[in-house]
Amino acid sequence: MGIVSSYRLRIQRKRWRIRAFRKRRELKKVALRTGSIRADDVLVFTTLRNERIRLPFFLKYYRDLGVGHFLMVDNGSDDGSREYLEAQDDVSLWTTEKSYKRARFGVDWLNWLTRWYGKGHWCLTVDVDEFFIYPFCDTRPIRALTDWLDASSIKSFGAMLVDMYPKGPIDAVPYRAGQDPFEIACWFDSGNYTIKKNSRFGNLWIQGGPRARAFFADRPERAPALNKIPLVKWQPGYAYVKSTHELLPRGLNLVYDEWGGEKASGALLHAKFLHTFVQKSAEELTRRQHYANSHEYRAYNAVLKDDPDLWCKWSERYINWRQLEILGLMSKGNWA
Amino acid sequence: MSIGFVMLVHNAFDRAAAVARHWASHDCPVVIHVDRRASHAEVRAFHAELAGLDNVRFCKRYRCEWGTWSIVQATIAGVEMVLREFPEIAHIYLASGSCLPLRPVEELRHYLAARPRTDFIESVTTDEVPWTIGGLDRERFTLRFPFSWKKNRRLFDRYVALQRRINFKRRIPEGLEPHLGSQWWCLTRRTLEAILTDPERDTYERYFHRVWIPDESYFQTLVRKHSGQIESRSLTLSKFDFQGKPHIFYDDHLQLLRRSDCFVARKIWPQADLLYQTFLAPDAGRTNRAEPNPGKIDRLFSKAVDRRTRGRPGLYMQSRFPNEGWENGKTCARYSVFEGFSELFENFETWLGKTIGARVHGHLYHPDRVEFAGGEAVYNGALCDSAPLRDYDPRAFLTNLIWNTRGERQCFQFGPHDRQQISWFMVGDPNAQISVITGAWAVPLFHSRQSFVDLRKRAAHLQRVEAAHLDILRSPHTRARVRIWSMADFVQNPMEPLQIIIDEIAPRAQRRLTEAPTMVNLDGFGQFLQNLKNQGMKPYLMGDFPVGDDPHPAPRQTSKPYLVK
Repeated sequence: MGIVSSYRLRIQRKRWRIRAFRKRRELKKVALRTGSIRADDVLVFTTLRNERIRLPFFLKYYRDLGVGHFLMVDNGSDDGSREYLEAQDDVSLWTTEKSYKRARFGVDWLNWLTRWYGKGHWCLTVDVDEFFIYPFCDTRPIRALTDWLDASSIKSFGAMLVDMYPKGPIDAVPYRAGQDPFEIACWFDSGNYTIKKNSRFGNLWIQGGPRARAFFADRPERAPALNKIPLVKWQPGYAYVKSTHELLPRGLNLVYDEWGGEKASGALLHAKFLHTFVQKSAEELTRRQHYANSHEYRAYNAVLKDDPDLWCKWSERYINWRQLEILGLMSKGNWA
Repeated sequence: MSIGFVMLVHNAFDRAAAVARHWASHDCPVVIHVDRRASHAEVRAFHAELAGLDNVRFCKRYRCEWGTWSIVQATIAGVEMVLREFPEIAHIYLASGSCLPLRPVEELRHYLAARPRTDFIESVTTDEVPWTIGGLDRERFTLRFPFSWKKNRRLFDRYVALQRRINFKRRIPEGLEPHLGSQWWCLTRRTLEAILTDPERDTYERYFHRVWIPDESYFQTLVRKHSGQIESRSLTLSKFDFQGKPHIFYDDHLQLLRRSDCFVARKIWPQADLLYQTFLAPDAGRTNRAEPNPGKIDRLFSKAVDRRTRGRPGLYMQSRFPNEGWENGKTCARYSVFEGFSELFENFETWLGKTIGARVHGHLYHPDRVEFAGGEAVYNGALCDSAPLRDYDPRAFLTNLIWNTRGERQCFQFGPHDRQQISWFMVGDPNAQISVITGAWAVPLFHSRQSFVDLRKRAAHLQRVEAAHLDILRSPHTRARVRIWSMADFVQNPMEPLQIIIDEIAPRAQRRLTEAPTMVNLDGFGQFLQNLKNQGMKPYLMGDFPVGDDPHPAPRQTSKPYLVK
């Protein structure tokens, strides 16, 4: 990488940071409990809209992992999400009615919050339907992971998005608030992912899974990206570029080994395909607040109308992280 | 006779206090060195926690930085104090704040009492050490290291490079042979007193002051001069990963640690409540005279290092994406590619599947659709039969397929009418077995009975594609097992090549081919080729088929000639 392109990336990083700074005005405080954050807490950053039904389990899941505090942006919910979150002791909440799309799908807001509150903390940036899995997550709290990353001088930790889906029509079994979504959507694709290297940012671009198989089989290049780097030891100069797919400075994107070895990595189980999805995707079509003119949602709608079943004979039923590691979707690296 | 502990503590004070209390209450004096960098409040709380114990002392504090003399200084301060204040102890055990005793102190005491003159310290000459980090082994002793490795890495490296270039060498003091080893040891009073009262001690200390990581070499070297009986291993279980930092133990290592029969383990994650509860429990008494046996743990950690440095061959994933040439196995298992066979034989796929018991696919790279075995629409790992998805990344398609079907041999057909992008990848893959009958693509054309004008164009195209493919197969970069026959040669005697291929796929099966695949009817094929020639195309890849002299495949007439030995 030459001086020019590296300088361009620097400019770009500054630009995202300035943008985040400008967009801070859009955030209105609802509940500010950041005073209770301890120096070594792991923090969760989230943007959401109308996710009331998912919140109880989401909060429980990450509390059980040992997350210290949640910093959340509510983008104009009208289903009680805001009131629910406001009442939680470990949640700091901001709200905004402004455009999700114009905040680059929430990235600007979260870049601002991580910059202001995340400095020196391990920051986990996830959506409400993403559940973080890492090696030994059934026996070791998230602090064990971050302590190990600290000791190994690792600054960012990759976790690929694994789309989970139910067997049968997506809306056959309704999801109840507080329920583990993976009781319903417990299936995933184990080995149909493609990887390309993004030479500009140095990250990998992973596509595949049920969404590529069912919705984008004839236009694979438009299939959504599954690579994510959700866990970062945040420093003031950092910025997410596009969702949590890539970061700047680009060194943070090197969560993979290029010399044959395996670095440690995790997974984000994606509980997108619950009964709420059908309704949500119809709604997103009219709202048009999603990436690339919501083409993803248009594809979903087109397919799901006729045959809303993502399950196939070779779908794997989720058991635990060890299964994902054996299947080669994540790795323990040298953590033992 | 007793053991005294010297403990170096810099963080996780509550845990260190619990361990110190454990030892002290089992009648072992403990001298603690607390890093000068620890805050006053922490130290005060730490002192308070151990206040009631009269055999716990705190020695003079030094500011300890990793890799520098200060750690040895701290150790010496602790050792001097323990020797001075507890005259009854015979062995001194050096431990850290993140150490955890795994066996009752009584057992350690018995063990050492049975070996009263033995010094347990890993001490290896620099020539024998495979685990040095940064390539510094002997040079640790012959260069100067004024810059911090942790804070001024660049200066550190440059200064080392400079000294190498001007061939700078420090003199090692007379009588010392540099040895390295684990920082954590258990030495006898006699040896330690000899080291500390050595008339040359000042010289040695001055020398080691500038040695790189002296805590791994000061005692390890001097013990060679003063000890009568060295057991070159550490009683502390401590494993290092490939970056030279210690592996950490967590609650889920409990059973592993129990079975290791080691006396002390390092390093324990401070929040590993279960480990601390279990091993510091007052009733942990078992009578067990077993030798320490860290083998199981060794295996676990060396596997981890192997995974980090070499990874799983043939796996491409979010945290393993090797550069070209660094894959350590482009695919994870052997597979076979057959070109021209399914054109020349009727039901070749079924026959092959029956013969070798492998999974035989059709043309995986067919332009319209992936022809999985059995006509499946989705295959192992939810691979999809969509051609655009496959062509989006043909390599990933193949590596995924081979990875998803680990344990089952995969075979597939390939030919000039298939998508060709995968050729270079297969050719460079030692796992690929590629068998080609050149020109066999003409057989379906011959059977199609289309007009020769159309056929000629099609045939010319296929021949061009196959010729390019053959060039790739014959390139000097080929690492696959490639076999090429012209169709004319092959039909003369098809059984022998088939036997060779099958033997290579299943070498132990020792199966003789009893049932030959049926060859398609080639009556008039020579004339067909001649007609193509008459149309102005020159089919050459299939070899020589004279007009009128139609080939009669050997297995039809004679019975298995190759069987005769």
